[in-house]
Amino acid sequence: MKKLINSPENVVLESITGLGAAFSGIIKVHTNPNFITRADAPVKGKVALVSGGGSGHEPMHGGFVGRGMLDAACPGAVFTSPTPDQMYEATKAVNGGNGVLHIVKNYTGDVMNFEMAADLARAEAIEVEAVVIDDDVAVKDSLYTAGRRGVGTTVLAEKICGAAAEAGGSLKEVAALCHKVNANGRSMGMALTSCTVPHVGKPTFDLPEDEMEIGIGIHGEPGRTRTKLKSADEITETLLGPIVEDLPFKSGDEVLLFVNSMGGTPLLELFVIYRKAHEILTKAGIKVTRSLVGPYITSLEMAGTSITVLKLDDELTRLWDAPVLTPGLRWGA
Amino acid sequence: MSNISKDKFISWIERYAGHIADQKDYLTELDSAIGDADHGANMHRGFQAVLAKKADLQNKDVGGLFKSVAMTLIQTVGGASGALYGTFFLQASTAAGAKPELSPAEFGTVLDKGLAGIVLRGKAAVGDKTMVDALQPAIKAYKYSIGAGEDLQKALESATVAAEEGLRSTIPIVARKGRASYLGERSAGHADPGATSTVLLFRAAAETLSL
Repeated sequence: MKKLINSPENVVLESITGLGAAFSGIIKVHTNPNFITRADAPVKGKVALVSGGGSGHEPMHGGFVGRGMLDAACPGAVFTSPTPDQMYEATKAVNGGNGVLHIVKNYTGDVMNFEMAADLARAEAIEVEAVVIDDDVAVKDSLYTAGRRGVGTTVLAEKICGAAAEAGGSLKEVAALCHKVNANGRSMGMALTSCTVPHVGKPTFDLPEDEMEIGIGIHGEPGRTRTKLKSADEITETLLGPIVEDLPFKSGDEVLLFVNSMGGTPLLELFVIYRKAHEILTKAGIKVTRSLVGPYITSLEMAGTSITVLKLDDELTRLWDAPVLTPGLRWGA
Repeated sequence: MSNISKDKFISWIERYAGHIADQKDYLTELDSAIGDADHGANMHRGFQAVLAKKADLQNKDVGGLFKSVAMTLIQTVGGASGALYGTFFLQASTAAGAKPELSPAEFGTVLDKGLAGIVLRGKAAVGDKTMVDALQPAIKAYKYSIGAGEDLQKALESATVAAEEGLRSTIPIVARKGRASYLGERSAGHADPGATSTVLLFRAAAETLSL
């Protein structure tokens, strides 16, 4: 294992300490338990947004804390959900008196630990709503699985709901909006390489030089199929096909197209993917009106990409365009 | 039949922490195959934190001991296993109450409450390829054995054998809960990591509680 770390045990703490030092005007880092809040938290009268998850997906979630997005983020150990005490303390720290929304990615550990934290907060009369994001079309949704995973749509939901909360939306309204974003967003990812969890020290799975994993999650967990490596255009078709069919996205729809790097894939390649995705959608009569391209929900140093398509309406477009000021996403502010 | 003292429960937890330490790489390896490669490291971190509080544990009744273990696990393990093992010991704590020792039958009731907590939190049933596949038959075997008048050691050994059988039963199953369920058919052929750490819990019990 070759990594720029001092020790696997300290990597998360040292990383969030650095994040806090780099963006001290925007965020504040709290330790023991670890969580990151807006520098000006709690914002009185505003619905607060709390998210969290395992580390290793940076800039998500700590990099999305700030005005117009999250009020707090709770980083767990690498690829491990945070613990209830983190979300409980974060919830208390950012509660502005109008309730707290937990945005949770659909992974068994995340859901359970957020549930336990919500129970603790409600016991102190803090109003908490939770919305679970489950947008990954690679996973079959059935009663017999843990359901679809939460991936790229999480980033979009945090931005859009953050804008709505900033504009004075109630807890009920912001939670309903979060459900709406989740219902209109679909994603699928793929990997060219595995990734190495620092405390494990070796790659999570082996992927031969000439093969790729389609339907990969964001934790290096294997996807659904493994095939021979193909061209960028063919890979884009493979990912986008199931996304478009699933919602389904139809001719005349306006969408946000989000092409994400899993960590190791450079922008040079992401824009090759974007070009093809844009072409396929345009040919199908689907109008791409907003875009996001870059590493926003990563899987350590994994090479690969995920594509997310979100169907927009005037409300979602307006909230997407609203000012945001976070370490990882900023415009208009 | 002799009761199980608080000190024996402490030995149980210590022995379990030792088994987790010995097997952490193996547990993580199992988890790499069908999960996210963190089960061994997470459980090890949690039980090392429990051991670090051993001095506190010695001043508590059985319920207090289990509660302290639960809170430490909830705060240090993370993932599903932190919530599930934490819930197990939290429910066990409520069931055990402020007693200095438990009869073998009372211990059966305590285990049952712990299982009920896990089922409620994780919404898993036997056959979903989770820790419940080892835990449920182990507790059933334990209670059956105690009910039939067998001694504590025999009952704990029956429980361990039943847990091991439960673990083996997870190998061919296609997972229906947890991260392994995302793999669909590809989860078959691998033992469940949570069921594996559950076997160690009963093995540690058989090595400590009746001695």
